[in-house]
Amino acid sequence: MNVTIVDYNSGNISSVINSFKEAAKDKVKIEVTSNLNKIKSSDKLVLPGQGSFKSCVDALSSINGLIETLNEFAIINKKPLLGICVGLQMFADLGYEEIETKGLGWISGKVSKIDNQNNKFKLPHIGWNDIKIIKESRIFKDIENKSHMYFVHSYEFIPDDKSTISATTEYSSNIVCSVEKENIFGTQFHPEKSDRIGLKLIENFLNL
Amino acid sequence: MLKNRIIPCLDVKNGRVVKGINFIDLKDAGDPVEQAKIYSEGGADEICFLDITASNENRDTIYDVVERTSKKCFVPLTVGGGVRSIDDISKLLNSGADKVSINTAAVQNPKMIIESSKKFGSQCIVVAIDAKKNDNKWEVFTHGGRNNTSINAIDFAKKMEDSGAGELLVTSMDRDGTQIGYDNDLMFKISSTVNIPVIASGGVGNLDHLVDGIKLGNASAVLAASIFHYGTHSIKEAKQYLNSKGIPVRN
Repeated sequence: MNVTIVDYNSGNISSVINSFKEAAKDKVKIEVTSNLNKIKSSDKLVLPGQGSFKSCVDALSSINGLIETLNEFAIINKKPLLGICVGLQMFADLGYEEIETKGLGWISGKVSKIDNQNNKFKLPHIGWNDIKIIKESRIFKDIENKSHMYFVHSYEFIPDDKSTISATTEYSSNIVCSVEKENIFGTQFHPEKSDRIGLKLIENFLNL
Repeated sequence: MLKNRIIPCLDVKNGRVVKGINFIDLKDAGDPVEQAKIYSEGGADEICFLDITASNENRDTIYDVVERTSKKCFVPLTVGGGVRSIDDISKLLNSGADKVSINTAAVQNPKMIIESSKKFGSQCIVVAIDAKKNDNKWEVFTHGGRNNTSINAIDFAKKMEDSGAGELLVTSMDRDGTQIGYDNDLMFKISSTVNIPVIASGGVGNLDHLVDGIKLGNASAVLAASIFHYGTHSIKEAKQYLNSKGIPVRN
């Protein structure tokens, strides 16, 4: 099996590469590329993302044909894709970081700033928070409810269709931290930085 | 609920741990990678390396250390010490660091914080503030605490938040190395002025000091070096203790 981490200059992805290679244990081939043909022929994709919603969408758009290739992969061919952090946020129709920016539109909804209740909660939401698994998801196999994951973000994805939400976390309000829609998976937290439990989630994705 | 973090810090010089724990089963006690692995397996919420390499020709040793550590530890890794330019940040991140802490350069060239947080995202930019009390105010020191800039630390903290820092690592120069506890007045003042997380540093001698840093200093995370280095306490003990005092920690 071939799994590709999409390298589109979205910031620092070395931890994503390291953790996927660790979880793959030579059983799965991990590619890191923006080459469209390699992406097309992959069995699964990982879409990381750091920085702002706008900077990530801009970075995707600046590679000719990449968005079309991702659409074909995830929407037409329905092959498994995991979005991490802003990679998940870009599933939305719209993001409001910096300025209103169009997303991939794979899961209807918007990405807006976490309401920190007049500075009662610090932003970014940084650190370990426990997740509430609200929908059985194959990426949570053997992962207990209330497991801790590592978060770093100031914006949250609010999907229109609540049935796509697979886990939430509590920070000033209930924040969506994992979504699943058919073959599309996303985590707001960073499985690559979430110790053994994060590696387990990555392994689950590789084993889909 | 978001948990308070415990961050062990390792001083690294020329690619080797300066003060290290003596674990008998360690193949190489001076290897930062081995030490970081013990911390991460013990439940450290993050790992911090402070590179204190003095000579320029040995500066590159840290990249190899970071690269090897990031292949073994799957918790966030922060690296600081001698970070002077966007290029330095880029090299550390590419080697596998998740965050970079910037001290002297943030004072000398605050624009670098604006530029780097735009380029790499605020999540990886930690500004390290070394502060010392002078009468009723705290002043920012640079160059590992040698130079007094006379800049007010509280104002500087606010300026760094506005410039795009994702977190502040605040060290009290008065307390560093004393083992009498954090300067919690300083921590509280900064933490209540900014709306980004504050990591308390400098002065930890026992587990109550960690508790105070969170309860009195209002820190989101507590950093310590020697109590963990010398094996006085394990990360696990520290977490159990914080938990017993009603502080939420990751189990």
